[in-house]
Amino acid sequence: MAIAAPALPAAPAAHRANLTSSTFVIAKRGALKFLRTPQLIVVGTLQGAMFLLIFRYVFGGAISSGALSYVNFLVPGFVTSSVLFGGMGSASAVAEDLQAGFIDRLRSLPIPRSSVLTGRVVADMAMLVWSLIITSAIGFAVGFRLHGSVPAALGAFALCVAFGFAFDWLFIALGMISGTPQAAQGIGFMVFPFTFISSAYVPVSSMPGWLQSFAANQPVTMMVNSVRALTQGQAAVATLGHPAGYFVVRSLLWAAAMVVAFAPLAVARYRRG
Amino acid sequence: MTPSIEALGLTKRFGKTLALDGLDLVAEAGQVLAVLGPNGAGKTTFIRAVATLVQPDGGELRVAGHDVRREPGVVRSLIGLAGQYAAVEPTMTGRENLEMIARLFGQSRRDAKANAVRVLAQFGLSEAADRLVRTYSGGMRRKLDLGASLVGEPRILLLDEPTTGLDPRARIELWDAIRELVDHGTDVVLTTQYLDEADHLASQIVIIDHGRAIAAGTPTELKQRAGHSVVEVHVREPEDIPRVASALAELGDGEPQIDEATRRVSMTVPAGTAQLIGDLPSLAAVGPALEDIAVRHPKLDEVFLALTGQSLEQPAGAAKRRGREPAPVA
Repeated sequence: MAIAAPALPAAPAAHRANLTSSTFVIAKRGALKFLRTPQLIVVGTLQGAMFLLIFRYVFGGAISSGALSYVNFLVPGFVTSSVLFGGMGSASAVAEDLQAGFIDRLRSLPIPRSSVLTGRVVADMAMLVWSLIITSAIGFAVGFRLHGSVPAALGAFALCVAFGFAFDWLFIALGMISGTPQAAQGIGFMVFPFTFISSAYVPVSSMPGWLQSFAANQPVTMMVNSVRALTQGQAAVATLGHPAGYFVVRSLLWAAAMVVAFAPLAVARYRRG
Repeated sequence: MTPSIEALGLTKRFGKTLALDGLDLVAEAGQVLAVLGPNGAGKTTFIRAVATLVQPDGGELRVAGHDVRREPGVVRSLIGLAGQYAAVEPTMTGRENLEMIARLFGQSRRDAKANAVRVLAQFGLSEAADRLVRTYSGGMRRKLDLGASLVGEPRILLLDEPTTGLDPRARIELWDAIRELVDHGTDVVLTTQYLDEADHLASQIVIIDHGRAIAAGTPTELKQRAGHSVVEVHVREPEDIPRVASALAELGDGEPQIDEATRRVSMTVPAGTAQLIGDLPSLAAVGPALEDIAVRHPKLDEVFLALTGQSLEQPAGAAKRRGREPAPVA
């Protein structure tokens, strides 16, 4: 039988973990989960590599990419769209945490509530940097070369991280709203039209006119063209018709708009519980 | 002394479902309170409100004297929550899981390590401490989850259906673990659908249905009101049922329950098993008509029937919030 126990002495001081330390602890868990699921890393990398090889060696010969060689045209598109494909995993991870009660547990702890989301974003950014390095390395291995300055190339890399940050909020919001990991994955497939109806794999000018107006102005095209212009110098400017600054400014505006739209959505959905 | 939990006229609506409909409930400090009720009665919503995970629409809810709406931060530092799911990270070890939660409670690295070791030992998980949780059994995960809710040394432990989905052995092990906590002075509020669980663990029981409390008392009081044991007989021939029913009616005050389809007659009786054996010879006259006879504890629906005069309807999943049913645990 249960025993009526004496009450505890005073509760331990209501100490609270601060935002930085709780963000770090939650981010560490996200990163460990990724590192200890080797299937995720291996399959993700292999799928990406296969995709790149098929475009590079199978379709590439049939695609004319102006003043740029196709491999130099393709790899910036491939690296940039890998940011979106990586984000799909983030949506289903968030939905899984929500469904499994993990987020409830975190919300019941005496931590700043925002750290659950900031921890997620920090972990996602760490994984993104890792996967961008791998993806770029595969790009170089199949013949991609820089034709601009090294600082500009590093800028392109940083820009990809910034895109990843913006898309992460979109995917976190999707994961929060979708309810189940399966649904999150289903909704995540919307990245396919966004990446394919863009300048990532083929020049927009080769598409029918009605599609061009969407493809030329959507965020993925701006982002891909920024990376192209920063890594390929004059040849890219000649092919794309605008200098790097044109694309960089527009893609950063898109990124900012996405953060403004989706971060509050994710936070609101998270608060509601 | 300030009660550990006080709910007054608590209401919460999810869309068209009134999950809490004026719930009144007090959990005194130093006690284990079981909130007993069928699926959809509002148990989980109540626990989630106490844990600051849902905002009540109306009424008052205080945890150790602190209002959950006005001082959620203080409430979170007083409680530990273990839900219907084992909310532990499968790709981390048991030790890492506990250290993570301890760190989130604001403990230093060293305290977190020490507390993790203590909790692992307390739940008999020391040997499995450095194995990834994905290799743990369902019972081990629940124990770790329980441990995670304790590593911050909460004053009040909230357990939402702690043993749902566990096999009988894991269930008893978890009961032992919970009882040990109680012996160490942690206040516990748990929800359950099982009368025997409430009976084993709690010093107070509140029965809730449709979002309000319908009965409260110690396990003994409730059982006295609900009958202590149930005699259930299986009758050979349907035409013998009335005769058997009237013989069973002699054993207690109420009406025997008859299930024509399965030819079963059951009777709730005030006496315990030992006393009942003395009464059984009164069934001798109908003996040949009986296929089978059993004496057991009343089930939740029988307690309901006795306390409310209504049987427990179970609309399939009707009143469950947002379809987040607990997944069956393998």
